[in-house]
Amino acid sequence: MKPVSYVRARSVEEATAAHAGRGEARYLGGGTNLVDLMKLGVERPEVLVDITRLPLDQVEEQPDGALRLGATVRNSDLAAHPLLRDRYPVVSQAVLSGASGQLRNVATTGGNLLQRTRCAYFQDVSKPCNKRVPGSGCAALDGVNHDHAVLGHSPHCVATHPSDLAVALAAVDAVVELAGPGGGRAVPVTDFLRLPEDVPERDTVISHGELITAVVLPPLPPGSVSRYRKARERASYAFALASVAAVLRLEDGVVSHLGLAFGGLAHRPWRARRAEAALLGARPTPEAVARALDAELAEAVPLRDNAYKVSLARDLAAQVLGSLTATA
Amino acid sequence: MDSSEESHAGASAQAVRHAPWPGPADSPAGATESRVALRVNGFSHTTEVDHRTTLLDLLRERLALTGSKKGCDHGQCGACTVLVDGRRVNSCLLLAVAQDGAEVVTVEGLADLAGEDGDLHPLQRAFLDRDAFQCGYCTPGQLCSAVGMLEEARAGAPSAVTDPQQGLGSAVRLTGEEIRERLSGNLCRCGAYPHIVEAVRDVIA
Ligand SMILES: Cc1cc2nc3c(=O)[nH]c(=O)nc-3n(C[C@H](O)[C@H](O)[C@H](O)COP(=O)(O)OP(=O)(O)OC[C@H]3O[C@@H](n4cnc5c(N)ncnc54)[C@H](O)[C@@H]3O)c2cc1C
Ligand code: SF4
Ligand code: FES
Ligand code: FES
Repeated sequence: MKPVSYVRARSVEEATAAHAGRGEARYLGGGTNLVDLMKLGVERPEVLVDITRLPLDQVEEQPDGALRLGATVRNSDLAAHPLLRDRYPVVSQAVLSGASGQLRNVATTGGNLLQRTRCAYFQDVSKPCNKRVPGSGCAALDGVNHDHAVLGHSPHCVATHPSDLAVALAAVDAVVELAGPGGGRAVPVTDFLRLPEDVPERDTVISHGELITAVVLPPLPPGSVSRYRKARERASYAFALASVAAVLRLEDGVVSHLGLAFGGLAHRPWRARRAEAALLGARPTPEAVARALDAELAEAVPLRDNAYKVSLARDLAAQVLGSLTATA
Repeated sequence: MDSSEESHAGASAQAVRHAPWPGPADSPAGATESRVALRVNGFSHTTEVDHRTTLLDLLRERLALTGSKKGCDHGQCGACTVLVDGRRVNSCLLLAVAQDGAEVVTVEGLADLAGEDGDLHPLQRAFLDRDAFQCGYCTPGQLCSAVGMLEEARAGAPSAVTDPQQGLGSAVRLTGEEIRERLSGNLCRCGAYPHIVEAVRDVIA
């Protein structure tokens, strides 16, 4: 690790100004990803701008019924929040399925969304990796790619996004609020996180120096039910091989709303628009669900080691939609 | 080391997160070290740290509190677990400078936390009674993690296996499944897990 200077920001303006100030800067949230990557030599910041004492640590209900999750709310406090547990069980469950109690006590909303991929070649500075060093190649393409993407990947990068929270946020149509030196903006989470295309070094559309201030959850349709389910190599404390977040509303036995997103399959949470369209207005019988999921996953292009992910994701989603249909 | 110590008998690890510590100001622009003030197991320490120093290294290398262990140094094993402002955390991933003003409890301070001077924390006693370790390397982290976890469950915080119907805000009943899930951030290479779960059950029974 190289020596680094440190600024403790007291306001959003101070944070963005300090970031723009001197040298290569990084915002420090909980640090559970950034400090890890600094130790590995993947991140080499010259300035750390500590944002954990900013007044962004609240979960607040908005006048329109939306829920605003502050960027520095710790993951454990988020998951335990009564309004989140009551109205967005899928989001609370997704957070609780990630990392460990100790890590969730520290990790923040913003940091969780911006955590980098767990691709082993990205974390190993002796290996080629287009995400870490643009143009150096992708070691995973012909390497061990058991954990990698089956959807939306490019020859430049086949990494997956590791966050569980992000998958649930995609299913509920959450919006990311940003502050920057040039002002604020709001971006739907499904556009905020991007596919690799030929710029794999960019995980998101955030501009250099922009700060996530909050994530806003719009109200879900009344009467909808939601759930998160994750498959991994051990029972707990492991990243998703595949996961599913779903929000379902039935009216007279017919699907009137469906938000369905997959984790572990792509460079960003994979919103299953095709499956959603196929089921909207239909009865979610096991056959209809299977057809819709097959239509969605027909696009998958597995790599050498990860064809298992397609059937795993299909079965997880069928199970989740089946259980939601039974309770809706 | 520039470290001033004074005793704070009976200091509680449940103190709420302090507002920005009134003492040390930000280091001058470009500085790579800062002065941090911490309370560790009831003792105040003010010390100059390189910004790269983790809380774990500060505890072990500077304050000679070697109870907290370095297993992986990457948040993957839990051996470095301590309580910061009453919450269990992996001290290997926390930069010491960012903890300025915090109240830290390590395994060396657990006995005092329980209040009975000189005696062990009930959970330490239960670990001995149940033989909940073999080599003992993971034990300080298991103990701090379990103490933090018991408080979380008391406060009604859910885990991934908590029944969603469970009343919001009421204490969570800790079944074996709950204990295993909530302590999954602490690995034990010796596989003492069954006895660890029994020891934790003893203190909640
Ligand atoms: C062993 C282990 C297991 C894990 N398992 C899982 C898992 O199963 N599922 C899962 O989802 N996650 C898992 N994680 C990842 C964990 O959830 C993330 O490390 C954590 O959420 C990151 O949050 P943070 O606040 O610590 O981020 P930081 O490390 O502080 O920041 C991450 C990045 O975001 C930037 N940043 C932080 N906050 C902001 C902001 N507000 N605005 C702009 N930029 C910002 C930082 O500069 C940095 O680049 C695991 C981590 C470890 C170490
Ligand atoms: S998959 Fe992406 S992150 Fe992994 S080595 Fe290839 S370019 Fe790097
Ligand atoms: S040493 Fe901190 S988690 Fe392993
Ligand atoms: S007792 Fe040896 S690692 Fe747990």
